[in-house]
Amino acid sequence: MNIVVCVKQVPDTWAERKLKPSDATLDRESVDGLINELDEYAIEEALQIKEAHGGEVTVLTMGPEKAAESIRKALSMGADKAVHLLDDALAGSDVLQTSYALAQVLGSIGFDLVVLGAESTDARMGAMAAMLAERLGVPQLSLASKVEIDGTAITIHRQSEDGYWKVAGDLPAVVSVVEKINEPRYPSFKGIMAAKKKPMQVMSLADAGIDPSLVGLANAATEVVDFAERPPRQSGTIVKDEGDGGNKAAEFLATSKFI
Amino acid sequence: MAEVLVLAEHSGGDVKKVTLELLTLARQFGEPAVVWAGEGAADGQPRLAEYGAAKVYVADGSDFTDYVTAPEAELLASLVTETSPAAVLLASTGQNKEVAGRLAVKTSSGMLCDAVGLVAQDGKIVAEQSVFGGATVVHSAVKTGTPIVTVRPNSVAAEPAPGAAELSAVSLSLSDAAKSAKVTEKIVQETGERPELAEAAIVVSGGRGVGSADGFAIIEKLADSLGAAVGASRAVTDAGWYPHKFQVGQTGTTVSPQLYMAIGISGAIQHRAGMQTSKTIIAVNKDPEAPIFELADFGVVGDLFQVVPQLLEDIQKRSGS
Repeated sequence: MNIVVCVKQVPDTWAERKLKPSDATLDRESVDGLINELDEYAIEEALQIKEAHGGEVTVLTMGPEKAAESIRKALSMGADKAVHLLDDALAGSDVLQTSYALAQVLGSIGFDLVVLGAESTDARMGAMAAMLAERLGVPQLSLASKVEIDGTAITIHRQSEDGYWKVAGDLPAVVSVVEKINEPRYPSFKGIMAAKKKPMQVMSLADAGIDPSLVGLANAATEVVDFAERPPRQSGTIVKDEGDGGNKAAEFLATSKFI
Repeated sequence: MAEVLVLAEHSGGDVKKVTLELLTLARQFGEPAVVWAGEGAADGQPRLAEYGAAKVYVADGSDFTDYVTAPEAELLASLVTETSPAAVLLASTGQNKEVAGRLAVKTSSGMLCDAVGLVAQDGKIVAEQSVFGGATVVHSAVKTGTPIVTVRPNSVAAEPAPGAAELSAVSLSLSDAAKSAKVTEKIVQETGERPELAEAAIVVSGGRGVGSADGFAIIEKLADSLGAAVGASRAVTDAGWYPHKFQVGQTGTTVSPQLYMAIGISGAIQHRAGMQTSKTIIAVNKDPEAPIFELADFGVVGDLFQVVPQLLEDIQKRSGS
């Protein structure tokens, strides 16, 4: 089975993340980047599917050169090879454009199964799996807490607000995974060494058949009008409990009309 | 005047509060028109009229329960083509962000997710978003196609306005592609009587400080005394003290309630990412250095097992009188 895992390099959520004043795009220079947390679950799921059903796991990312760090992480976990869509013209692409670019690459490299993390920690839109399924015309099996494959039939447990839904389709398909699906493995020393020798293909817009007029900040379907750091909250009243902390909290609730 | 399409959130004929909030926001850009997918439109109609819906496009049938997100996207796409609305508004749920994504692709339109406010500015619909865990406020607009915006619950107070809410049946013949992911079974896990976490006006969350799964009972009690939803920090869900779906934070649910009570939560940046935009924040923690106190409008430094029972008693006294 030809499994492709889409990964994204994101700014560390523990760092202070900012937009650049010049063009309101993410400032990727000032903070450390790392692989999006949920993507590690996607890689783990892909590796488990490969271990059970055979095949090959390809990592796909779109992003600047530094995004290769995320690829290396995925390869060191055990993915077989990687494709890096790397082109300056992609900078500042919004979700509509990114889904177009990724769909073009997926179309050109081919797949039986695409696996993604359910959302990224930076943009948090959680729409990519649906958008790729829409563009590729394949089943959308997203928000999965469990994936089962039997021949070409694939069934997932889709996380819902009040439980889960069993959703079934046929391969090829797009799957996105939520945190509770598995426990991602740590790369072994052997894995880290082996990753350095694994094939990594760099693709440009032309290589993937991407129309340059459909990607990049200038052609984006959305724009940032302005942005600002949120002003710090006005400091509140902090009291030390001296046997009446609960009374004081109740008083605050009453003054604020919550009770 | 152009219509503004609002995808209704409903359970049967019961209209969810967030839909009334969206109708309130929609008014400033055009004539609010509800899109009702599934059963129960006639039951929901009076409520929609009360909040200013001029029209209700109704597509019933089983497609919306049998398939995932594609039917809603196809329904909205056909209405976008037919009525050229000023915008399409959806409640920010996991499911609707996917619907919005598919709709954006179908109509080559820009989409904005998780708006916490919407205003008209220089002829554009400008969405306020709170990004990077609430640290940055961004105003964004759509340049291409029909603006598609998902809006977080509690972004605005729903205000009544008269509307005809005239029901208009829409027929939908689903494409084969939309039927490629079929729902074979829906498993409902016990939800109890509490409000939904993302929608609730009050959220009471417990953190590592509760100490154990048993300790969490006090959080539930406090929540119930206020009619609140229960949330938990990641430390709690990772430890298995409380189910994962109640996790508030970067990798869990983002909430923006009127009141957020953080009990025994230190306030790591990943937790703050999920609750920072709450209107009022109360914190109880025994560590005076806990970062949660930087956000708190009111904080008590103390043992939660002393403070919360006393608070509960006071709440009961006050509500009893």
